[in-house]
Amino acid sequence: MQRVVERDKLLETCRQLKADYEMLTDIAGVDNFGEDPRYEVVYHLYSFQKHEYLRLKVKVPEDDMIMDSLVSVWKTADWHEREVFDMFGIRFRNHPNLKRILMWDGYPYYPLRKDFPLAGIQTELPEYAEDAGKAEAANMLGGPFFGGTGTTSSREREPRQYDTPAEQQEKLKS
Amino acid sequence: MGAKKEIMNAPSQDVIVTRVDAAISWMRKNSVWPMPMGLACCGIELMAVGASRFDIARFGSEVMRFSPRQSDLMIVAGTCVYKMAGVVKRVWDQMPNPKWCMAMGACASTGGMYRSYATVQGVDRFLPVDVYISGCPPRPEAVLEGLMAIQRKIANEQALHAMKTGIASAPTHQPVTGPVIVRGDYATRR
Repeated sequence: MQRVVERDKLLETCRQLKADYEMLTDIAGVDNFGEDPRYEVVYHLYSFQKHEYLRLKVKVPEDDMIMDSLVSVWKTADWHEREVFDMFGIRFRNHPNLKRILMWDGYPYYPLRKDFPLAGIQTELPEYAEDAGKAEAANMLGGPFFGGTGTTSSREREPRQYDTPAEQQEKLKS
Repeated sequence: MGAKKEIMNAPSQDVIVTRVDAAISWMRKNSVWPMPMGLACCGIELMAVGASRFDIARFGSEVMRFSPRQSDLMIVAGTCVYKMAGVVKRVWDQMPNPKWCMAMGACASTGGMYRSYATVQGVDRFLPVDVYISGCPPRPEAVLEGLMAIQRKIANEQALHAMKTGIASAPTHQPVTGPVIVRGDYATRR
């Protein structure tokens, strides 16, 4: 079952739903790049009595990316909401500890947004990791799982062989 | 001269004549204590290397030290993300010289299949890696082969020269200077 919920009615709706749906199994963020409203947050609830899932979808516009936290209803929302915040930059009102969970504190981007390149953007590492250099964009060479064709040796297909942008361009041309 | 005469007169099975360099290297290479930096699934395979079937103790490396201050060889086993990179580097810095580093598996060597914003594309971006082991994960035999490559490297180091000059990786007698790549293609388990 699936329902679309208004953003400002989410908290109230969920308080009522808690009686039936005891467990919050997942929270997912979605970036519908190019649409308006751009973002969407999806909640998966489960009922032990009915043996049934309920999916709630909430639209979040790009210019006002804040919504109510559900930690007061389901405690497990804590880390799920942190992940949505970390990956999409959607903030949650009244969250007890809204900081990044997967990337480090101070990371300037939200990596699961559609306009963020998979390879990443060169970034300073946090203070404790300064000795480890910088976070560099990964070498893609045509896609994350693109092995290349026409070469016989796996060594030539390995993206790390082409570490400078000039070498990459040359490889992509050929 | 007197000492030399005594040595010459001693029963041959009691005395072995060697260079100090060679003796130190021999002792080092047969007691390489690993720091198991198990970051992902390669860590499980590393446990197999330590357990009875493959038994890394045969090479003098059974003492897995979970304190960097007591270990000689860092085995980076698994995917290293940028959030972890600082921790790995700090543990490496805490290890006393002389020390060696092994990149175990595709992820530690090159980032492996994780070509993404979060993963370090090879731990050699911030660690001086001596041996790279291919495989995803490598077979335990490949890890042992890598350890033997490290041992060959240690055996060829001029230990005394390194102590005097303070340079960690001393010039070698034989050309085992650069990092060694161990191919992980071993027979499947029967």
